[in-house]
Amino acid sequence: MSKHIPSEPESRIEKYDRDFLLKLYESMRLIRQFEDEVKFLFLEGTMPGTIHQCHGQEATAVGVCAALHNDDFITSTFRGHGHALAKGLTAREMLDELFGAATGCCKGKGGSMHMGNIEKGMIPGIAIVGGGIPIAAGIGLAFKMRRTPQVVACFFGDGAVAEGAFHEGLNMAAIWDLPVLFVCENNLYGASTRIDKVMKNIKISDRAARYGFRGETVDGNDLLAVYEASARAAEECRKGQGPVLLELLTYRRTGHSRRDPCHYQTTDEREAWFSNDPIERFIKILLTRSDIGQTDLDRIEAKVSREIIDAVEQARNASQPAADDLLTDVYA
Amino acid sequence: MKRQGIAESLRDAIAEEMERDETVFCIGEDIAVPGGWGGAFTVTLGLENKFPDRMINTPIAELGFFGVAIGAAMMGMRPIVDVQYGDFLFLASDQIINNAAKMRYMSGGKCKVPLVVRVPVGATGRGSQHAQNMERYFIGVPGLKAVAVSNAYDAKGILKSAVRDDNPVMIFEHKLLYGSKGTRAESGGVDATSDIPEEEFMVPLDRAVIRREGSDVTVLSWLLMAHFSIFAAESLASDDIHAEIIDVRSLSPIDYETIGQSVQKTGRVVIVEEGPKTGGVSAEIAAGLLERFGDYLQAPIVRVASPDVPVPFSPVLENAYRPDIPRIAEAVRHQML
Repeated sequence: MSKHIPSEPESRIEKYDRDFLLKLYESMRLIRQFEDEVKFLFLEGTMPGTIHQCHGQEATAVGVCAALHNDDFITSTFRGHGHALAKGLTAREMLDELFGAATGCCKGKGGSMHMGNIEKGMIPGIAIVGGGIPIAAGIGLAFKMRRTPQVVACFFGDGAVAEGAFHEGLNMAAIWDLPVLFVCENNLYGASTRIDKVMKNIKISDRAARYGFRGETVDGNDLLAVYEASARAAEECRKGQGPVLLELLTYRRTGHSRRDPCHYQTTDEREAWFSNDPIERFIKILLTRSDIGQTDLDRIEAKVSREIIDAVEQARNASQPAADDLLTDVYA
Repeated sequence: MKRQGIAESLRDAIAEEMERDETVFCIGEDIAVPGGWGGAFTVTLGLENKFPDRMINTPIAELGFFGVAIGAAMMGMRPIVDVQYGDFLFLASDQIINNAAKMRYMSGGKCKVPLVVRVPVGATGRGSQHAQNMERYFIGVPGLKAVAVSNAYDAKGILKSAVRDDNPVMIFEHKLLYGSKGTRAESGGVDATSDIPEEEFMVPLDRAVIRREGSDVTVLSWLLMAHFSIFAAESLASDDIHAEIIDVRSLSPIDYETIGQSVQKTGRVVIVEEGPKTGGVSAEIAAGLLERFGDYLQAPIVRVASPDVPVPFSPVLENAYRPDIPRIAEAVRHQML
């Protein structure tokens, strides 16, 4: 861990605004239910394509994006549903996209792996591992050249650390002091391969110092720890102090994609991480507040459920692209 | 009016565009180094004095700085990327092909990537890895535009059009045509200078141009081969063979209108390409012409290209590799039999 030592969650939570906390909870709950519903639709056979889901990683997306401003940007990967919802894309525009509808956020031309909406600060997900890292540096370069106080958060997984793009992107962000928050969601597995099979030093945040900037490993299932680390890092970026690398330790509760049963994850490991669920943990500390009760959480859960049910209903009937749409949007 | 080579006219074009629009910037290896070269071929020499904040000299990291340029372009900047030698594009091709070319489509038309990539190509005594004609690898990538400049006038006008275009544009430039001076001069260079008007002008990105009119056979080529084809046509004229020389110039999209008019007139086609014959640009042009104008052809289309081997070092072998004026002339004569 870094020199920042978080105080106990129970006391830490008292300083937060109630509505802010409930908003964070709603955002995590929305991601979990969205992913549950998408998995169901996919297995049911009504949703086309493939899916890479983020069950269990909700706190990383929500904690980082809560520290960003509306005009800040994020880059994401093939596992981007959570990032998109946390950045403000609606379940509706995303479900439409997953159904390949013309009304989707990418008009049905992106799909699950390229989810994004640049008008909401998220470029389409980049599904080549590590590919978004240099792009995020470029987004940061544009902010710096224009002297705007924006930052970009660049999400990638532990697998991306082995890519040349990671080295090149971090190095350039470092030499030019770019406002980039590199967010490594370390969920221990690149597809089916465990991190210790492909990395001698598995403490990914160590890499930052080699490039000359600050890195920090954070409990990625502790929502407030992620939020606080991200807020500090974003502030440093805005001050022109250069990039920060946050390594968020988390765990993927579902397969890498589609019907992957995760036989490569041991039962002990799964059970340990399942008992460390980010949403359950957050609920536990939320309920220590005197002004937050189970009825608040139930109300949010019902609201989120309605939102998703409506969005699914909409998406099932959304208009599909016309065949002629195949040829549009190739050139500006 | 002033006489300039390609390196000089590109330099002026870049400076004028940077002056006109503050979102335009240059990024690449060995640019903006005081006492340095101005890129591998002097094109950006001295621009750092005028635009100290907009000449981004990068580490040797092609994948990385192409990604950086694309990210900046998506935010509304207009980067001009300088890759020292086209061969290095293989390192950057993930960013160019998977991101620059597809971002608009994948986003359903919401994103744009106004990116200019300047690519020096051609066999020039450097062996296999600083020599390839890279245009073949990019013309079939939807979302990219590709142009090849063979003289200083086109280079200036096309660079300006490319900077103002909202799509990724790859400009292929030939090392023997730059007219680079001093220590970066190339031996075996061919004169590609032009009279450059004082007033501003643009050259479209999607038009071929007739360099020499003729009625007997249409010769299609670009870059260095466009010059060699003109020289060949001059020698053929003494045998009363009148070749129409078209500089294809726009490699993606290909200007079948201009080329087609010529083919309908002559009924005979020779395509000249530096680079291996198999899978080359000439294969695409030949197929495209057959589909559109096959009924007008009086003889099979002939391609003059390099053999299917890597670019060799030995000058003897390199000269055998690169199509030359006698080979072009011979192919044209054969078409007339």
